[in-house]
Amino acid sequence: MTTITRKQQNPTAHLTPEDIEALGAELDAIRQEVLDSRGERDSAYIRKVVDVQRKLELGSRAVLLFSALPPAWLVGTAGLSVAKILENMEIGHNVMHGQWDWMRDPKIHSTTWEWDNASPSEGWKHSHNQIHHTYTNIVGKDNDLGYGIMRVDEDQRWHPRYLVQPMWNFINACIFEYGIAAYDLDLGRNLRKPKGDRAAGMKDPEFQRRAKQTLAKIRKQATKDYVVHPLLSAPTGSLLPTMAANAVANVVRNLWSHSVIMCGHFPEGVETFELASIPEKETRGEWYLRQMLGSANISGSKAMHLMTGNLSHQIEHHLFPDLPSNRYAEVAPKVQAVFEKYDLNYCSRPLVPQVYSAWHKVFRLSLPNGWMETTNKRNLPSQLKLLYKLATGDRKTRRVLTRALEMKAKAQREYAAAA
Amino acid sequence: MSSSSISAPFLVRSAQRGGLRSRLRALADAAVTPLTLDDVLDSFHPLRSGTDLRGRIVAVQPETADAATIVIKPGRDWFGHAPGQYLQVGVDVDGVRLWRCYSLTHGPRPDGHISITVKAIPDGVVSHHLVHRVRPGQMIHLQQAAGDFVLPMPIPQQLLMVTAGSGITPVIGMLRNLFSKAQAPATDITLLHVNQAEPDSIFKDELRALGEAGKIRLVEHFDVRDGLLDLARLEHLVPDIGTRTAYACGPSGLLDALEGWYDERGLALSTERFRAPTLTDAGEGGSVTFAGGTVVEADGATPILDAAEAAGVLMPSGCRMGICMGCVLPMKEGAVRDLRNGEITVAVPGETDPGGVKIQTCINAPAGACHLDH
Repeated sequence: MTTITRKQQNPTAHLTPEDIEALGAELDAIRQEVLDSRGERDSAYIRKVVDVQRKLELGSRAVLLFSALPPAWLVGTAGLSVAKILENMEIGHNVMHGQWDWMRDPKIHSTTWEWDNASPSEGWKHSHNQIHHTYTNIVGKDNDLGYGIMRVDEDQRWHPRYLVQPMWNFINACIFEYGIAAYDLDLGRNLRKPKGDRAAGMKDPEFQRRAKQTLAKIRKQATKDYVVHPLLSAPTGSLLPTMAANAVANVVRNLWSHSVIMCGHFPEGVETFELASIPEKETRGEWYLRQMLGSANISGSKAMHLMTGNLSHQIEHHLFPDLPSNRYAEVAPKVQAVFEKYDLNYCSRPLVPQVYSAWHKVFRLSLPNGWMETTNKRNLPSQLKLLYKLATGDRKTRRVLTRALEMKAKAQREYAAAA
Repeated sequence: MSSSSISAPFLVRSAQRGGLRSRLRALADAAVTPLTLDDVLDSFHPLRSGTDLRGRIVAVQPETADAATIVIKPGRDWFGHAPGQYLQVGVDVDGVRLWRCYSLTHGPRPDGHISITVKAIPDGVVSHHLVHRVRPGQMIHLQQAAGDFVLPMPIPQQLLMVTAGSGITPVIGMLRNLFSKAQAPATDITLLHVNQAEPDSIFKDELRALGEAGKIRLVEHFDVRDGLLDLARLEHLVPDIGTRTAYACGPSGLLDALEGWYDERGLALSTERFRAPTLTDAGEGGSVTFAGGTVVEADGATPILDAAEAAGVLMPSGCRMGICMGCVLPMKEGAVRDLRNGEITVAVPGETDPGGVKIQTCINAPAGACHLDH
């Protein structure tokens, strides 16, 4: 992936400013249609999901009181995992987007909702709703791109530490909720600052307040999963099995939400943008266009959409973040028709290829530009030697070798194109 | 999650019992965090003590073609009411929770149920919903009874009630209460009941039965039959009007005229006013008043957020384009217009959520005057 402005073929070059505004008007009309028909069936939907989720969680936790018995452990852990996924994805994420604020129910409202996650809703609403949804896929501005710890773009200069980024990505997936909490606190950015600034940043009263809030939230969550419920299970000898079940459910939820979120903006075919290329006063049409090209969907069954919190309709979600999630499926064909009309790429694949594509990119970008392209079975030993040199050499060596690699890959591409 | 003032007595009680009970409560809350035990119990027993006040509809009895009595079983924390008081109910209409006030039409009943009688008014979304669409079994949200349109104790010897249209609703509550007692009250009651026409006269059979039994003197006035009520004829309709303790309930026009009539004669009159249906005269731009008293003027094209910040008001904010919900504030009263699609949102005290209607200040401009709780 290369930012859209540096691409040889800009996928938006064929659109005139008038086209972009017309496209914006068409999307506004789709949004308005949903607003006009929003009503009882939608509110009944979210109330039902909330009710089912609560009963599923309660039931699973009740079964886990007897988790010393292996079948109870399996059933309870599976139920709790599903309940936690529903709670975070279809309920928490969407309620905090204000998708259900129109119901005027103070219990299901973006200003009052708190979720089963390490990050308090207040911080998450800032980093996710405000930063990520406003600056979607702008390199250096949207921290969701690589969460600040990964190389996600060819234009980011390669450094040997990126070699381990697949491992980082996997560890982050396992502890994703804590990763998000750290990310909401901008902890990574703070830690990368020079020592003096870092200390000042850590002492900032606003940072301290948010850090305290996050720690309190984590303590509450951990007390529930690793103290209270195991103790409640202790009379049946199920203390440790319950503790393990809760840990497994949290990891399952983390791996799942990490996968879904990777599919939203990472797969091949999704565009990124340079801050300098975004007009100061971005029009509604231009903003829509950036959301369209910066997101990717997961195709699949109704169950898949529910379990992803309808983030499988990431494109529709990014265009209309405040529309009720249960309506994304029905607007998707209309949105896709707009993509086709304006000759744009609607990036949608089933879960497995989409996750593969995202991971493939993580691996590819962990290596210097051109290395993967120029490597085949025969030259593997020499390429590995080259990689070793790149990883251990000084900055100048690295620059020279990377440049040579890029030239070689380019020549190879031109040769293939000619053939 | 949010705990309202309703739960306060419960908390006080449990704190007094202290010890074990509050510790068990803390343990239960810790087991279901980030929810509270109440959130979980609400799924199973929404009418219990200690939670937000709700009611279950037990019956919907048609009164006329466009009026119905809704009988409600209130939650355990219902404090009770005096006949003549009104009740604020929160009803989900097309998925949106709307609040309205209605008079309670039953005195305290042995089964503990309460009732409101609703007349569907033209364009009244809530009244139409209550009269024609609600079914027994559904839940509605309640506030405690309020209002001082109640009979004094002891009850005066001679009473006059003047009611017009659905103005009969608080009065029927008073009458039912008086005549449900084992011993009939020794009070001489005249009821002057004004209606447009006979078919839309709510409770007419019940009132006539009271009249025939000699319990009240009923004077029925129908506009289509008798012409508009002429106050010059009041003394003709109720000859001993000057000696009666008077209560009146109905539309503002009638009440204003009656108050004038009583004032002229130096007599006292207690009234209950029904709010006229809200007419949204949504203008372009207007003044935004904040809780601290600051007033900011904004035109119809400037978001409240921008106007307030320009005037030096410290505002919560976020994406500034309507997507992040970082700028949401409760509007207590007034109207705003969504700058993206022109939609109007209105808040009327007593008719909308008691906490106000939450609006996004970054994409809404004032449409007339509005009050923000911030």
